[in-house]
Amino acid sequence: MNLLFILFFPLLIGAYLLIAKPKHAFIISLSATILEAIATGFMLYKINETLLPITFIQDWIPEVGIQFSLKADGISGILIGLCALLLPFIIGSTSNTEKANHAQYQGLMLLMQSAMMGAFLAKDAFLFYFFFEASLLPIYFLASKFGGENKSAITFKFLLYTIFGSLFLFIGLIFVYLRTPGATHSADIETLYLTARNLSAESQGYLFMAFFIAFAIKMPIFPFHTWQPDTYTTSPSQGTMLLSGIMLKMGTYGVIRLIIPMFPLGIAIWGNTAIVLSIIGVIYGSIIAIQQKDAKRLLAYSSFAHVGLISAGMLTQSFDGIQGALYQMLSHGINVIGLFFVIEIIERRTKSRELAQLGGITQSSYALTVCFIILSLGSVALPLTNGFIGEFILLKSIFDYSLIFGVIAGITIILGAVYTLRLIQKTMFGNVSRITTEFSKLTLEEKMVLIPLSIFVLLGGIFPNAILHFSEESVTQITQLLK
Amino acid sequence: MTAIIALSLFGISNLFWGFWFPRKVLQILTLLFLAIGIGLTAMDWNHELLWFGNMFRTTNTSINFSLIIQLAAFLVVALSRGFGADDEHTHPAEYYAILLFSVVGAILMVSFDHMIMLFVGLEILSVAMYVLTGSDKRNLKSNEAALKYFLMGAFATGILLFGITLVYGATKSFYISNLANIIAATAPESMPSFLYIGVLLMLIGLLFKVSAAPFHFWTPDVYDGAPTIFTMFMSTVVKTAGFAALYHILSGVFGGIYSTWVLTIYFISMLTLIIGNVTAAYQLSVKRMLAYSSISHAGYMLMTVSAMQSSSTSTVLYYSLSYTLATVAAFAVLILVSEYQTGRKEKPEDYSSFEGLAKNNPGLAFCFTISLLSLAGIPMTAGFWGKFFIFSDSFNRNIIYPVILAILMSAVGIYYYFKGIIAIYFKNGDIEKIEVPILFKIALWFCTIATLVLGVYPNIVKSLF
Repeated sequence: MNLLFILFFPLLIGAYLLIAKPKHAFIISLSATILEAIATGFMLYKINETLLPITFIQDWIPEVGIQFSLKADGISGILIGLCALLLPFIIGSTSNTEKANHAQYQGLMLLMQSAMMGAFLAKDAFLFYFFFEASLLPIYFLASKFGGENKSAITFKFLLYTIFGSLFLFIGLIFVYLRTPGATHSADIETLYLTARNLSAESQGYLFMAFFIAFAIKMPIFPFHTWQPDTYTTSPSQGTMLLSGIMLKMGTYGVIRLIIPMFPLGIAIWGNTAIVLSIIGVIYGSIIAIQQKDAKRLLAYSSFAHVGLISAGMLTQSFDGIQGALYQMLSHGINVIGLFFVIEIIERRTKSRELAQLGGITQSSYALTVCFIILSLGSVALPLTNGFIGEFILLKSIFDYSLIFGVIAGITIILGAVYTLRLIQKTMFGNVSRITTEFSKLTLEEKMVLIPLSIFVLLGGIFPNAILHFSEESVTQITQLLK
Repeated sequence: MTAIIALSLFGISNLFWGFWFPRKVLQILTLLFLAIGIGLTAMDWNHELLWFGNMFRTTNTSINFSLIIQLAAFLVVALSRGFGADDEHTHPAEYYAILLFSVVGAILMVSFDHMIMLFVGLEILSVAMYVLTGSDKRNLKSNEAALKYFLMGAFATGILLFGITLVYGATKSFYISNLANIIAATAPESMPSFLYIGVLLMLIGLLFKVSAAPFHFWTPDVYDGAPTIFTMFMSTVVKTAGFAALYHILSGVFGGIYSTWVLTIYFISMLTLIIGNVTAAYQLSVKRMLAYSSISHAGYMLMTVSAMQSSSTSTVLYYSLSYTLATVAAFAVLILVSEYQTGRKEKPEDYSSFEGLAKNNPGLAFCFTISLLSLAGIPMTAGFWGKFFIFSDSFNRNIIYPVILAILMSAVGIYYYFKGIIAIYFKNGDIEKIEVPILFKIALWFCTIATLVLGVYPNIVKSLF
């Protein structure tokens, strides 16, 4: 029951906002997401106590064995937790702008939340695909309606690119599904595990490619990333936060949930290639990020670099790799929306994101600088921040897998520090520029978003065990399948 | 079966009602007749019977197809406001009568048990369509379309008839059930070779009607030239009937010689997918885009036909239904917008006429979006499950390459369908609030909601098929 509430509540409120267009959209959507976060929190607490997954199963299309089944276990739990936790902040970040009471804007974000929750909760592969695709529509409308320069062409490219990828996932799923036993077959993910693992190495190799292309485009992994910097830059800030904070995790989640348990032989063939591509993305993204002039674009490339590391870590298929990936998904989500919000705050006040034009903000807004530094340090993976835990475990798993990969991927820490510190220096420190002289202090609403996020960064770095423990059981189950 | 008698009588009576009643009443009457027809058809459910000297068979499948056809006709009638204000040039009575006759033809095409009945049904439907295509008689394009359609269509019917003759010559029977037995009982080597030529000719005749490549050349021009309301009728009713007939023939009669024709259908479906989708992507006019998209959907449906699984019947039914609902809604919005833009824009049917539709007409924009999403096969709409069933049927028969091609072509499809969505939501234009008549509104929202419901819970109809 609780699962259904979590899944459909944002959908209902979102639909209400879109249809009725009430005046106080901001308050409605903010309280809805807070309520959603509380409900999710309760459920996660229950899962954490019993360490048993919560499931809901209902026939959907019995003729073809497709069920409407949901399951919240340790892995899904982290992601729905992330999704529920971040939405209030993302919606809070619209406060005092013309978007705050724009019912369509808020409604689309809630629809998006519902779809992403669905993708993370789905126990049936086609239900997963259903939500995986459905989440694309709200973000597409959000970005192309409210985005910046040249939005129409850029978001269209994003849409075509991602749908194109997921169509491969679609046929791959059908292919495996038709090989499940029984007259009506079954699309239950756990049945698919058993079926897919018995396929020949050759078919697993092809299926791995089909699935991986879909998720690699979503994440994105080099060389499928060309849609990403433009889309992140042109989307409205909240759209970028949704895309980078939560939506790309659907790709990484898909790898953990579907690819790793389903195609061990496929990974044996293509895994190295995929890891190499991910690591190329890490280095390539970092190097480009160093040279960016636009702060938002810089963050877009840094996000690209971070997700490459997550992908490389989990594709090692080790317990550490998957655990680290899950932890890093959570921390990356928190850090990246905080950072994008800081850029949004700067842009609101100065109407600019050009690093060359900014500087010296610390002199007018100390609080912003402190939050920004904490969030950035989390992103650089300094000890005592959440990013450190995630990246440390990920790098450890990559080192265990291959020394050379580990060494190359390890460069990310240095490169990450270079571009992040450059970002801090160019915006916060240095001389006050013409446009930052009148930089006003943070408003209460802005503090309400930034300060909790900064606290999460520190908390995640100091007490990682609660979360690592939460996902341990489910990750062990997956790694046991691999033996 | 009583439905075809009733609908024929209603059609004839309609010709007389035209003396007394204005257009509005005739429309309501026709809707009523179709509703009765739907009721009568539904009453035959679960009664498998033979009629008219065993030439006509009602089965649940044929009833389902008849229901989809009559539903489509019902929606078309509800959406037809005629064209031009004066009754003098548009002849509403004749128009509605011919529509009813063509529905009778379509029902014959989905329920035949005798080759002649197939031919008769096809002719009733086609001749009615030739007339309706040219019914906007002061429009040059409409006249051109009618002539083209008639010449090509008559030729195709001739080929079909020639095919039937050859098949008869080889098997000495016209009855579907007999034919199947004879073909199954005879060894392929002892079968006269002109049987296969006959099969091929019959296929060509039917593929022409469903506008599969390379027999599609008439489609864009005819769809473009005909008044939009008949384009809607053609791309839903004619297509559904054509596919039902094709499927019936291939599965019911020539199932025994599957291996001889499957490669042909296989390649025709790939060719249709490529030509339909790629050409649609280049269109500037929404109407022509929908015409080519209808060609491309023929390609998807042919994939199921070539797969020939036990579930294929229900797949064809589901796909026809979802395609019909989406197409009707898309054309309905096109009618409204192009009528509004006539006189305002040079080319009222282009994408550019849709620009800014969402601003003052959120309802129309929503319906149009849902219908395009369904045609593109995006989740939450009926079209998604249609594609799902088609792909899983094809995989069951180990048809891999056409599916991969179909996937690539779906991506192309998303490109041109979203061009429409971009135009209505993200381009600036000044379309004021468009007056939507009440019947229009009901039909439009019915299609939209049905598309969504089927997209979320396809089992509602899937369990019926």
